[in-house]
Amino acid sequence: MNNKLHTTDLNLYFGQRHTLKNVNIGIPEKKIVAMIGPSGCGKTTLLRTFNRMHDLVHDVKITGDVKIEDLDIYGGSVPVTTIRRRIGMVFQKPNPFPKSIFDNIAYGLKLNKTPKDEVREIVEQSLKESALWEEVKNDLNKPANRLSGGQQQRLCIARTIAVKPEVILMDEPCSALDPISTAKVEELMLQLKKNYTIVVVTHNMQQAQRVADEIAFMYMGELLEYGPNQKIFHSPEKEMTRNYVSGHFG
Amino acid sequence: MKKQKKHIGGWILLLGSTILICTFLVNIIFHLFSKGIPVLSWDFIFGYPTDGMTKGGIFPAIIGTIMVTLITTVFAVPFGICCALYLNEYAGESTLTGTIRASIRNLSGIPSIIYGLFGLALFVQSLKLGTSMLSAGLTLGLLSLPYIITTTEESLKRVPNSTREAALALGATQFESIRDFVIPQAMPGIITGIVLTIARVAGETAPILFTGVAFYITGIPGSVKQEFMALPYHLYMLSTQHQSIETVRPLAYGTVTVLILIIFLMNLVAFYIRYKFRENE
Amino acid sequence: MSIRFRENTDRFFSRLFSFTGLLTIALLAGIFFMLVYNSVSFFLNTEPIDFFTGFQWNPGNKGSYGILPLIASTVLVTFGAMLIAVPLGIFTAAYMSEFADRKLQKFLKPVIEMLAAIPSVAVGFLGIVVIGPGIAKLFGIQNGLNALNGSILLAIMSLPTIITVAEDAIHAVPASYKEASLGLGADKWETLFRVTLPAALPGLIAAVMLGLGRAIGETMTVLMATGNSLAFPDGYLDSIRTITATIAIEMGEVPYQTTHYYALFAIATVLFVITLVVNLLGEEIAKHYRKFGA
Repeated sequence: MNNKLHTTDLNLYFGQRHTLKNVNIGIPEKKIVAMIGPSGCGKTTLLRTFNRMHDLVHDVKITGDVKIEDLDIYGGSVPVTTIRRRIGMVFQKPNPFPKSIFDNIAYGLKLNKTPKDEVREIVEQSLKESALWEEVKNDLNKPANRLSGGQQQRLCIARTIAVKPEVILMDEPCSALDPISTAKVEELMLQLKKNYTIVVVTHNMQQAQRVADEIAFMYMGELLEYGPNQKIFHSPEKEMTRNYVSGHFG
Repeated sequence: MKKQKKHIGGWILLLGSTILICTFLVNIIFHLFSKGIPVLSWDFIFGYPTDGMTKGGIFPAIIGTIMVTLITTVFAVPFGICCALYLNEYAGESTLTGTIRASIRNLSGIPSIIYGLFGLALFVQSLKLGTSMLSAGLTLGLLSLPYIITTTEESLKRVPNSTREAALALGATQFESIRDFVIPQAMPGIITGIVLTIARVAGETAPILFTGVAFYITGIPGSVKQEFMALPYHLYMLSTQHQSIETVRPLAYGTVTVLILIIFLMNLVAFYIRYKFRENE
Repeated sequence: MSIRFRENTDRFFSRLFSFTGLLTIALLAGIFFMLVYNSVSFFLNTEPIDFFTGFQWNPGNKGSYGILPLIASTVLVTFGAMLIAVPLGIFTAAYMSEFADRKLQKFLKPVIEMLAAIPSVAVGFLGIVVIGPGIAKLFGIQNGLNALNGSILLAIMSLPTIITVAEDAIHAVPASYKEASLGLGADKWETLFRVTLPAALPGLIAAVMLGLGRAIGETMTVLMATGNSLAFPDGYLDSIRTITATIAIEMGEVPYQTTHYYALFAIATVLFVITLVVNLLGEEIAKHYRKFGA
């Protein structure tokens, strides 16, 4: 199995704070990897390292390698905008643009001057892939912020896949949603993994159990354990992992 | 009994002060407008001064004020917005950034007459622009810069970070995220700041004293390299330097009324934009 | 659209924006440099001692350039302005923050903003047509263009600044302080004067400093309403001439690059330094209060 993403001896510092410590992780292609761990363990920080969102923060130092296949993400040989097209991100709180549903999805395409007729096609296709088409197909010009929370998040997913990424990073995508919307998004994730590699950060262990192929358990900035879903939950190697997944600490 | 006394004393001080301030405003406006509005007529607003500036209208002063304010805006707004964008979107917390912010704070505290001197030294003399509408406009532009930067930065801050992140995550460059989302969303606040700046600039006299304003001009300046008339200076001259101060007193009242009306109008526009903007937030 | 083009555009604008940031530093430096350069030219021709301790400002052929009457005038009129504006401003701010209900607040804030919007020429004009004659009548003197007139007008100009900053400071006093005081049996007034206002003191001082800075730097108001006589001021009913008025009056007529010309820059530098110090002090105190406030 080839790794789509992997890090080698990744260390990250926010100023003096050593937030990620010697992380070595490989994300396999077209699978769902869930990153779990208590608050502050670094899982979101690690996620954001993959699409260089830390570039926006000052006083960040990163050492080690982060690669997508053979390409060094921080190497500078490819512009960061290209990296972010290949590695998309869905955020914790749905953040549609203050535009119509159509324009939200079309934005990424317009940046690359995709021709108009192609845009219409891709918008429709993305909405179908995100299980949102049926609900909005007659209303594409409606402002996106009039959709419900769950619909907005699926819209954000549609927006992300419209630019045809290879990887989708998801930062606690359901934590702001009600249970029904959460179920819909989880179902969507299982569909999406046929075509995309998915890395999802979640603090909801049941969710991780439901959707993940592999689990990464992080604790205090370190990748403590990584393995198949079943193994992590039923026969983890480390005691800390066992304590976490059995709910002994949050 | 003692507490009663304290109460009365307190009320007198606090409520009294507040009422006094309100009456200041009301009295000022009432006095100026009651003597000024009767002077306002079509001829006064659209006519030229006649009879050695003792009769006629103030049209060239109105136009002069509008034109110099336009120059100020064209110069200061792009400059100010770019600087605010730098501070809010690009700069980290470094000594350089701290120095820039300190400079802006200090610039906002410098008396306007010193800006006038600087304009004289830089635009009129060094850059050889001479006393002109251009020199005056640029000087006023420098004066307005700190205010535009501050109000723009405040508007930029109000744009939630989630919008920026969404755009960048899709592969937009930082400039594109600013162009397509940050500035449009911050626009109402930015425009409010611009309108308020215009309101202030329209009433400024000290910076234009030696950079280009004049009292006796026959017509509207044909180019920006000429001297110009302006409402605040016109008021100043009519009320202090004129040979027949008493005769032109009504003209002075009319001028001050027009000036204040224009400024109040701009403030109302800014209030309105701010109000509509807050509604949508 | 090629990635290269988009990247280059991004880089171009990023550089442009940083450049404008640097320009603001350049502007401040430029103003400072201009003042110092011309002041130095002045001091090359005259004795600094005469400048700083001279009682006569009398440019002319072999003019004397003593700054004291100008400083005295400035001090006189701004002190008077503060005497009027500080109590009025703080009490109004206290009322707005602690006693006015929401509706009244919504009414008062625009009133203050409107007061602030009145340009200095208009206030100066007011001094000429209303307050001056009023003072003349009250004191039975020739005309009312004097320091008292200036003080009243400068008070009107500084009040909005003082009120706004003071109101913020009073409002920022934690509710817990007031609750503690009321819980101990004090009434609203005792709480205000013994707890709230003292707690807001740093912010109040900052408000005063900022108002003072405004008053010191005002030109048109004092130019129009204080008489502009060059003699060393005798009292509040005396005609005075501030630093700002002197620059305004004489700069227009002075020949380029003469001693007189440089002298005006010298007093401008003094003005610059004074307002800088006042504003910096105000800022430092405000920073201090922010630590204790919210």
